[in-house]
Amino acid sequence: MHEAGLMQSALDMAALAAQSAGAARIRRIVLRVGPLACVDPAALRFAFEALRAGTLAEDAVLQIDEPAARCVCHACGTEFEPQLPAFVCPSCGVFAQHASAGTELELASVEIELAEEQPC
Amino acid sequence: MLTSPAAATLRRGESRTLQVQQPLLGKNLAQAAANRALFAERRLAVVNVLSSPGAGKTALLERTLGDLAGDLRCGVIVGDLATDNDALRLRRHGAPCLQITTGNVCHLEAQMIADALGEFDLAALDLLWIENVGNLVCPAGYDLGESARVVLLAATEGEDKPLKYPRIYKTADVVAFTKCDLVAAAEVNPALARQFVAQVAPQALWLEVSARSGLGLADWYAYIRRVCTAAKSGPSLAGVCR
Repeated sequence: MHEAGLMQSALDMAALAAQSAGAARIRRIVLRVGPLACVDPAALRFAFEALRAGTLAEDAVLQIDEPAARCVCHACGTEFEPQLPAFVCPSCGVFAQHASAGTELELASVEIELAEEQPC
Repeated sequence: MLTSPAAATLRRGESRTLQVQQPLLGKNLAQAAANRALFAERRLAVVNVLSSPGAGKTALLERTLGDLAGDLRCGVIVGDLATDNDALRLRRHGAPCLQITTGNVCHLEAQMIADALGEFDLAALDLLWIENVGNLVCPAGYDLGESARVVLLAATEGEDKPLKYPRIYKTADVVAFTKCDLVAAAEVNPALARQFVAQVAPQALWLEVSARSGLGLADWYAYIRRVCTAAKSGPSLAGVCR
């Protein structure tokens, strides 16, 4: 997909959160990217390298957590790890539509370094 | 969200972790929700049509606009990287049509739709078509606030496109197998294509259509009328039109 645009959104969101909390700089950005989100972590890292200069995250570490995909079969209730293209239940062979986890694409957290003394 | 109760004091240079947990596509999701609320208030059906380039989106819409004229009042938003060729084709059928040229952007976003709505008299429409940019990858991730999502699979593309590009088919309410007048020439097996769609997108309604020969269009129009009836009946009936 457009990992550069997604990374830019992540940097914007991280900067907004960091500034509101009085950060001098961002030490770490943590993304959660599920295997069914159809987003390539390597391309996100590439985009991060290209986009971070001149931002609060210039010296930050990019951490990408990749949660496992999960699916509960609507026919027999078996929980399994779905894989693209088709989510086939290993117990009964039914094709499921919805994964209960694995489509995550979010900014999970931002570790900041504070500019001034402030309550926490 | 970002501050916790004052219990201690952090000094300059110390670090702290802010829990954010916001989707990267949150801006688009919020705008899509706003679009959807507006469409519901106007009782307007909105159908997002997606496919690879050349699968027959414009041809299907041309035929549909012609056949439904006088029955449903349609408008069209059509997205392409460049040219207004599609808008010129679609306008021949009397429907108001707005071309969005995205430049280098490979999909339509909810904000583009919101910006385009000002060009339409929504009170004069029953149904707004959105012909997305031809692309089987990126448009899948962008909710536009539509009532229904139709993904095309052309007979000339081969049976296994849904296996190769599963994500977009997973989001489909309808998979329309287009150009089905060319099944013999393309040596394609519609039953196999249907089987692949059932595996990847078990929720999707399967329709075989040809904009050229008219094959299957009665079922297609019946579906579109159900979407419009559901929109007219209000949000409580959304999702029952499949």
